[in-house]
Amino acid sequence: MADMDALLFWVLGAGAIVASLLVIGQRNPMYSVLLLIVSFAALSGLYVLLGAPFVAAIQIIIYAGAIMVLFLFVVMLLNVPTEDPPTGYHARLLGGAGPRRFGAVLSAGLVLELAWALRRLQGAPMPDDAAAVPSSVHAIGVKLFRDYAFAFEATSVLILVAMVGAIVLARKEKS
Amino acid sequence: MPFGITPEIIANLTVILVVFFALQISAAVLVYMERKVAAFVQQRYGPYLVGPRGALQPLADIIKLMFKEELRPKAADKLLFYVAPVLSAVAAFAAFAVVPFGADTTFFGLLDHPIHLAAADVNVGLLIIFAITSMGVYGIVLAGWSSNSKYSLLGGLRSSAQMISYELSYGLSFAAVIMLAGSLSLQQIVGQQAGYWWLFDAVPIPKWFIFVQPLGFLIFLTAGVAETNRAPFDFPEAEQELVAGYHTEYSSMSFALFFLAEYVNMVTVSAVATDLFLGGWHLPFLPEWLGWLAFLIKVFALLFFYIWMRWTLPRYRYDQLMEFGWKWLLPAAVINLLVTAGIVAYWG
Amino acid sequence: MIPEPTLNSYLMLSAVLFAIGTAGVFLRRNLITILLSVEVMLNAVNLTFVAAGRFYHSVEGQIIVFFVMTVAAAEAAVGLAIVIALFRHRESLNPDAFTSLKW
Repeated sequence: MADMDALLFWVLGAGAIVASLLVIGQRNPMYSVLLLIVSFAALSGLYVLLGAPFVAAIQIIIYAGAIMVLFLFVVMLLNVPTEDPPTGYHARLLGGAGPRRFGAVLSAGLVLELAWALRRLQGAPMPDDAAAVPSSVHAIGVKLFRDYAFAFEATSVLILVAMVGAIVLARKEKS
Repeated sequence: MPFGITPEIIANLTVILVVFFALQISAAVLVYMERKVAAFVQQRYGPYLVGPRGALQPLADIIKLMFKEELRPKAADKLLFYVAPVLSAVAAFAAFAVVPFGADTTFFGLLDHPIHLAAADVNVGLLIIFAITSMGVYGIVLAGWSSNSKYSLLGGLRSSAQMISYELSYGLSFAAVIMLAGSLSLQQIVGQQAGYWWLFDAVPIPKWFIFVQPLGFLIFLTAGVAETNRAPFDFPEAEQELVAGYHTEYSSMSFALFFLAEYVNMVTVSAVATDLFLGGWHLPFLPEWLGWLAFLIKVFALLFFYIWMRWTLPRYRYDQLMEFGWKWLLPAAVINLLVTAGIVAYWG
Repeated sequence: MIPEPTLNSYLMLSAVLFAIGTAGVFLRRNLITILLSVEVMLNAVNLTFVAAGRFYHSVEGQIIVFFVMTVAAAEAAVGLAIVIALFRHRESLNPDAFTSLKW
């Protein structure tokens, strides 16, 4: 069974990486949004493997089910054109083919640097028993509403402010 | 047994297959039921030519749909046009995976330990159902957009906006039930509804949550009807308004998949309502091993109610629909939740 | 046979996803794709938190993920509202079209 878990990790991890690469590589924003949903699904599977079913469920509910629907609505309503090639002096300076490839190389450099930094944590195995982490919904609820109650209430105010802000910003001007 | 295949695995596989085929058969039965009930409501005979009393009508419908030409508008997005109905159907079927439909059973002693009668038993079952129902929105949105036609786009956008608006009341109404039951697992919620109280020491009342949460049940059912784009909330796919909304450009099997998805969604909403509010497979004075029959009867009673509503009530206009969802249903669900929370905190 | 995933593997995966998100923000010339890349970065961070939470036997990893998701939702909503307002103004989603504040 542990073998199955290990296989699932590599498969889901590869899926998440490939989907994310395609997200930033697509011309059409509609496909980008859909591929990001695939990436979220892969991450949700990884959360289940990490013994966090609640986080996996809310990842799908909030990210894939709400935020991405919002993105889809905007893409569909704005009838977003596919990306045009860069124009203008500044754009060609930083957006041409040469600088783009250099940027990709720098990103790869970032990854290698992080890998080197992580070599310190050489092979620390994940705790095998999921029972060691009290990850049941009950435990999360208790901790959330006792120790982090203030943060919880603050996020509700944050969401209210964001809602009001979004409505005001996207409103048509009455002119 | 080779490869470590235990009887449990075979039993689980059988349950999964039974669920899968039962959903398809119930979709077919629903097609027939809808037409017959509609006919009786409208004082006419329904289908009566094919088979005894028209019972083979769904078969005729399916054969007709299979033989139709599969059309696709030229400017439609090739991949998404075909993926959208598949997505709808997959979400509809997957949501039923965590719904238990019978008591734990050992199949009359064939197995050593009892297994749950559900395709999968998960601790956070209700959250999974909610998550997969949210994914069902994508089938509709993508269908509307990829058809590249203004009726489809408008229908798709309106339909998905309606679905995500009513998802809030849907979630809040079963949050109240979760508070009462203390668990997210449908198996345990049904377990808490076993037995009965005695009213006036003479009348047994089953311990179903509908008696404790009548408002919650109504909100859940209303939101469920709006979620499945049915009955008085089916503006986005009404024939008189938007041709056929998001599935205007679909024909043959893709259309059949949308239809299947809609009926299976209805079955899922009814099944979850039965498990949450109507006691699942518990019926007083019924032996446990017949629980699945009680479940089936309750689900079909709710489905009959669905169909009855469709052919009796007039349709809501889109802005009336959205106003109802946000200004009336959502506050009602929140008040229901607060009152339940107060009662649970006070009386335990 | 199949190597067991260690904490390192999860952190590496998260680092790769974060770098992909960063590359997306820098390299893409479409406002919506930039916002999507920011979401990719936030997801990578979520993965780090959950993996670390599992490693240190703490449930706080999942709690902070809850907050990150909420903030991401709020940020996506406001960001998209801004995109809509900008699109109405200039009919373009290319960030290079909004240069009126440049010297």
